Amino acid sequence: MNAVLQLLSNYTVQNVAAGAALLGVASGVLGCFAVLRRQSLLGDALSHAALPGICLGFIVAGSRHLPSLLAGALASGLLATLVMLLLARVSRLKTDAILGITLSVFFAVGVVLLTGIQNSGAAGQGGLDSFLFGQAAAILRSDLAVLGVLAGAGLLAVVAWFKEFKLVTFDPVYAATQGVRVTLIETALTMLVAVAVVVGLQLVGVVLMSAMLIAPAVAARQWVNRLEHMLVLAGVFGAAAGVTGALISTARRGLSTGPVVVLIIVGIAVASILFAPGRGVLWEAIFRWRTSRRLRSHQLLTTMLRLGQEHGDPAYATETGMLNAYTGVGTAAVLRDLARRGLVEPRQHMPEEGLHWALTDAGRAAAERVLRDLGRRDTR
Amino acid sequence: MIAGLFDNIALMIIVTGALVGVASTLVGTFLVLRGNSMLTDAISHSIVFGIIVVWLLSGQNSGPIQVLGAGLTGLLTVWLTELLAGSGRVRQDAAIGLVFTGLFAAGVLLINLYARNVHIDQHTVLLGEIGYVWLDTVTIAGVRVPEALLSLGAMTLVNLLFVTLFFKELKLATFDPGLARALGFAPTLMFYILLGLTSGTAVASFDAVGAILFIAFAVVPAASARLLTDNLALMTVIGCLVAIASSIGGYWLAVYWNVSISGMMALCTGIFLAVALLVGPRSPLRLPVIRKMGDSHL
Repeated sequence: MNAVLQLLSNYTVQNVAAGAALLGVASGVLGCFAVLRRQSLLGDALSHAALPGICLGFIVAGSRHLPSLLAGALASGLLATLVMLLLARVSRLKTDAILGITLSVFFAVGVVLLTGIQNSGAAGQGGLDSFLFGQAAAILRSDLAVLGVLAGAGLLAVVAWFKEFKLVTFDPVYAATQGVRVTLIETALTMLVAVAVVVGLQLVGVVLMSAMLIAPAVAARQWVNRLEHMLVLAGVFGAAAGVTGALISTARRGLSTGPVVVLIIVGIAVASILFAPGRGVLWEAIFRWRTSRRLRSHQLLTTMLRLGQEHGDPAYATETGMLNAYTGVGTAAVLRDLARRGLVEPRQHMPEEGLHWALTDAGRAAAERVLRDLGRRDTR
Repeated sequence: MIAGLFDNIALMIIVTGALVGVASTLVGTFLVLRGNSMLTDAISHSIVFGIIVVWLLSGQNSGPIQVLGAGLTGLLTVWLTELLAGSGRVRQDAAIGLVFTGLFAAGVLLINLYARNVHIDQHTVLLGEIGYVWLDTVTIAGVRVPEALLSLGAMTLVNLLFVTLFFKELKLATFDPGLARALGFAPTLMFYILLGLTSGTAVASFDAVGAILFIAFAVVPAASARLLTDNLALMTVIGCLVAIASSIGGYWLAVYWNVSISGMMALCTGIFLAVALLVGPRSPLRLPVIRKMGDSHL
């Protein structure tokens, strides 16, 4: 604890942690809409598309002036959005191809501009390529203010247009009938993804940014069912991963902040998918296993009851192999379970034969109850 | 003598770019048609993880083991994606986004932790260095051949063989997987082989163009060709031609402006896409001039 406090009093660590928290909240909240609208990979395309904008921002400003770079990134994000809309309108290409085209061609333009700047030997271009993977340690207090304003504006937009965003996300057709300008709102949602991307560029870089948009939303979705709760929880997950990642990455030189944060948030998402109460894969597996066990035991009990009735002997003992033949193999475990609950008891019928099982009184009562519940009482 | 050498290098770089383009377009065509373009994005990112793991285990950063390892990583990516999406908790697109970013982040961390100053650095991973392909050469029958050219040539050949031998099966599996399954053509197996080849192509292209520009080579020429024709065989051929032309044009433009060669090649594929939009037979953006020319033919 002391070590953590000491770490937190370090100026750089403070900056990085604060920046990561800002990014986590912004990308977590804004990413929810993209994920719910099945546009998870939009963030991926927009973040790669930010690269040429960063370079243009540098060329225009002539230095590594963060607001200019981010303005450039935002502008090329907007351009990429327009290109995607245009391609969707005028070509026969599917959405995935349009995303792939925008992502790779914009990135190629970025690479060309980047190498152009580097080869021209412009002063102060050093570290421009750190936007590929992010360089959290280079973040300054003044940068934090810029990121804060951007993230704040994005979150404010969500609060202001929450009703419209919600409606368009879940039922755009109904939204249109209610007079909501769907295209406008959709464009706004896409732009907000671009804003989140811009906030994250310096921290995690263009390549890993999409994880910051997708993973918190996926994680939050597993725990709650209401959009309001999902937004808040995604923001919390994002911020938690950001701060934890920032602190862990100070431990060793090779642990870059971006990848560490991304691994943590992806880990949170996977853990949520597996273990979230009610919805988690693990709980479902347990529930299924229990249900199949119960069905199996019902099947066995009623089979044995009927066999007893057929033979005019309520305590008729049946061999395990015979029961297997009736209800499929693998009844041994279920029979043991039933014996433990006192519903059946093992009998040694003849020395050479296998183990036999007979219903107890409680077992007969249980079997009759099962048949009664099924609504088809045995009349024979 | 020096001029001759220079010509050679230029030629080698162009041929390398063209091979990257042809090999990836051959598989990319079917991925674009199936609506799985973004799987190339996922695969090309996550093989970074495969490459570094194979390097840590075997100490080899190229050659058949790497291609095999990358192929497996690519299949792992797709399998994990299907597993996540199949659980019903995450949609396909979000599943892709989770898996490849996770693997990529792990790969980058491993590089930073264990492979600093080695041939694989963060930069090559993203951008590749096609200008340096002639640095790693092997001597075959007294001729020095760039290693990348050999692996890319082999990959192109394998892809070409697969696509020509199984053209009918691929076509059916792409356009009507249901019918293909009913006729016993195993469309799922076809799909996984296709993705395995995509991964192999990605790793063979890796040194030359890096993880992200590979997507441009796999998707954009195929998409451009799609705008120009409705015939699958023709689309594959046009895609390959676009890739070759991009490689030639990209090289000269890059040399002229002194910028990244692989970046410029990828950018050229985008230019061809724009051209295809302007001349494509059914494109609403078709230029009036072209429209008139087309009419006079009818």
